[in-house]
Amino acid sequence: MADISASIQNRDAAGDSSGEAGPVEQTTMIEARNLDFYYGENQALFDISMVVPQRAVTALIGPSGCGKSTFLRTLNRMNDIVEGTRHTGEVLLENEDIYDSNVDVVELRKRVGMVFQKSTPFPKSIFDNVAYGPRIHGMRDRAQLAEIVEKSLIRSALWKEVKDRLKDSAMALSGGQQQRLCIARALATDPEVLLMDEPASALDPASTSRIEDLIFELKENYTIVIVTHNMQQAARVSDFTAFFYEGRLIERGDTEKLFTNPDEKQTQDYITGRFG
Amino acid sequence: MSGPEQPTSTPKLRASGKKDSWFFAFICWLATWSSVVVLIVLLGAVTYQAVGWLDWQFLTSFDSRRPEKAGILSGILGTLWLIGLTSLFSVPIGIGAAIYLEEYAPDTFLTRIIRTNLANLAGVPSIVYGILGLTAFVRMFGLFGQEGYLSRALGVSIEGFFWSDHYNGYLIPLPFGRVVMAGAMTLTLLILPVIIIASQEALRAVPPSIRHASLALGATRWQTIWFQVLPASIPGIMTGVILSISRAIGETAPLVMLGAMTFVYFAPGDVDSLGYLAEHPEGLVKAPFDTFTAIPIQIFNWVRQAKAEFKNVAAAGIVVLLFILLLLNAVAVYLRYRSSRHLHW
Repeated sequence: MADISASIQNRDAAGDSSGEAGPVEQTTMIEARNLDFYYGENQALFDISMVVPQRAVTALIGPSGCGKSTFLRTLNRMNDIVEGTRHTGEVLLENEDIYDSNVDVVELRKRVGMVFQKSTPFPKSIFDNVAYGPRIHGMRDRAQLAEIVEKSLIRSALWKEVKDRLKDSAMALSGGQQQRLCIARALATDPEVLLMDEPASALDPASTSRIEDLIFELKENYTIVIVTHNMQQAARVSDFTAFFYEGRLIERGDTEKLFTNPDEKQTQDYITGRFG
Repeated sequence: MSGPEQPTSTPKLRASGKKDSWFFAFICWLATWSSVVVLIVLLGAVTYQAVGWLDWQFLTSFDSRRPEKAGILSGILGTLWLIGLTSLFSVPIGIGAAIYLEEYAPDTFLTRIIRTNLANLAGVPSIVYGILGLTAFVRMFGLFGQEGYLSRALGVSIEGFFWSDHYNGYLIPLPFGRVVMAGAMTLTLLILPVIIIASQEALRAVPPSIRHASLALGATRWQTIWFQVLPASIPGIMTGVILSISRAIGETAPLVMLGAMTFVYFAPGDVDSLGYLAEHPEGLVKAPFDTFTAIPIQIFNWVRQAKAEFKNVAAAGIVVLLFILLLLNAVAVYLRYRSSRHLHW
């Protein structure tokens, strides 16, 4: 507990919430309403209702298999590619149901980018990796592509390290650099929401801290939802935290409140390490 | 576990362990080099017999009843047409089928039957494909022609397409008859299972995370396959294609079954040079529907001849066949290298 509180203290000291008790609830970006989700016969999510505020970091925590990753993947319909999945309820992106039959999944995924746990650079050059998104969406202009690649790499704090070797293979980068490249690649399609599935769990502490700093900067412009197993990390980077357990949303609220004074006993037990 | 099993004697680093591994390495060394030696002896013997027979005259003449005048030109041209058409049919169909089975097909009873039976098809003896090709492509189930079922049932006999005096008859005869096209289609059926299985394995070797990353960026399924999955699997697919085409080049049995001619002194469609093709572009359509022979068939025919000199002619033919095989393999390996160089693994 002590180090989690310390994390929150540190964050406050960094000048995030200027004297206020907690982050102010902003405009809603994503809202799930009574969402049930099934893998075949197995129900993975039970009646999830939750809001994700704009330009803030929402962390999803909970023990393995609690449904937090499944929930994250419903937000850009990545679960569609798994055979035999179905859902009931709604997921609204700026008040539009993303599961509506006339929603174009391509457009949705352009607006809702995703970064995976394992960095997944394509076996191509650094430039081609970042330019892949804009290219498949029809951009051909070389100058414009170069500009987007530079902007995205600057935003993901990788530009300085790679600007002289954009033509080199992305596979030659270190693990932390690869993950920042994946973030740059996701930013290149100019999304509004960034979903991160344990983006730092395979990285060393130094790279992890770089990613966390990056998340902190990115929330100025993007709505971020991050799944993490690391509660210190959730406490450090997020404004809001949601605790999932056995497919149910147990509690969701200000990160500071949830970690210091949760409403539910299950949350209390989990964050103090009594289970999970 | 039945009670704590303490090791009664701690295993020592046995001295014989070293001898074991030395012995095993020697067996492997023997296996490798014995096959290499056999190959060298074979190549040496064939080349020795071919010396003096493998000359420019041999490469540029048609077959003859006199060994010193016999040449392999019709066989070379027939084999090139066969292989060209076979690749044209089998590569796109094979890769397409593999993509469908790996990337799109739902896991139903039917697709499972197809998947399991591909391996069985790859094991079917080539002569069986020859019988199939004879019925399906050479004779077309006896549907066409003056004596065909259609003629008897409808009173109209269909004998081909595009009749013209200029081309001396039908450009595309029906049924095909013993022509290059029938041979190429038969060889296509023969090697398709191998190409499909190899391509499937190559596609499966591409990590799913690459597909997910591409889809998450808003790529469609087709874009993901075209820009990520296929480029990453092309080296593997090419290996399968190289192996199957090489097999098709050497196949004799199905062609004998189809009735490829053994004594041929013309080029398919009279196309004996690129210059002829430039003057008569209709040769591109004519040649596939002309009768033909192939190098392995010619070799088979020469070996059967009574005159002893034909054994040397056959040896020269074998050297040519091996050379063409090596040449095509070299080209394919180069293409494979080039496509994998663009991948930055």
